[in-house]
Amino acid sequence: MTQPPDTAPTADNRTGAAPAGAAADHVVLATEEDLLSVRHALRTATLTVGFGIVDQTRVVTAASELARNAYIHGGGGVLTIEYPTRHGEKGLRLTIRDDGPGIPDLDQAFVDGFTTGAGLGHGLGGARRLMDEFEVRTAPGAGTTVIATRWLPQ
Amino acid sequence: MSSRSSGVPILRLGDVLITGLLNELDDKAALAFTDELTERIVADSARGVLIDISRLEIIDSFVARTLMELTTMARLLGARVIVAGMRTPVAITLVELGIELVGVKTALNAEQGMAALGWHQSPQPPEGAHRDSTA
Repeated sequence: MTQPPDTAPTADNRTGAAPAGAAADHVVLATEEDLLSVRHALRTATLTVGFGIVDQTRVVTAASELARNAYIHGGGGVLTIEYPTRHGEKGLRLTIRDDGPGIPDLDQAFVDGFTTGAGLGHGLGGARRLMDEFEVRTAPGAGTTVIATRWLPQ
Repeated sequence: MSSRSSGVPILRLGDVLITGLLNELDDKAALAFTDELTERIVADSARGVLIDISRLEIIDSFVARTLMELTTMARLLGARVIVAGMRTPVAITLVELGIELVGVKTALNAEQGMAALGWHQSPQPPEGAHRDSTA
């Protein structure tokens, strides 16, 4: 039922219409317009899972922050949307991967108001508060991958 | 490349400029809009600006920063900005994101925003009535 999450993205940027139970959907983050594609893809994905309007807004906003981080700091990347389940609970998982310079001081990057770019410095810490689970894998020179999950309240 | 237009209409009503942000506004258009609005404040000697955001389904830190900068620029140019019509889920998410929109005046909707800028609704005269009594 599940496919490998690293299916190659098509030229269309997005693959699959994200039906319920589908494995993964991808958005390539190469241009500023792709940030809007991220929002559209996530809005559709949250509706697929069945999130209410506040959770939809949380997830789309978190994805927007993380996608912008990858675009600005990571020089672009790929966002993958998955639909995990645990004990019958449905969820939505975002994986945002870039091959940028990585985050040298992760603790500092989570502090509100810390920014090296164009935002307010709330991106990483803010996105973490909007999601239930949040994991960052990064190393200097090795890019950054953020994996963030929100579970559908039962 | 700031030559691109934001495509966002800016209307003038007396000394108030009225505009609204669309959900599909991308970063470049948001920056172009900032330029256009500040130019219009000066060109029209505007004292107030109403920005309707009821169409915005999300406000991320970039849009929040744009709104805060716009408000500050307008204030330096002598105009008050009121941001009107924020959706409830957007307000909840902004707070959780840790963004307070410091310094940005808000109103529940465009009508209350206009009232805060000194505009008041007068009763609509009946069809065919003389309008000279509404002053």
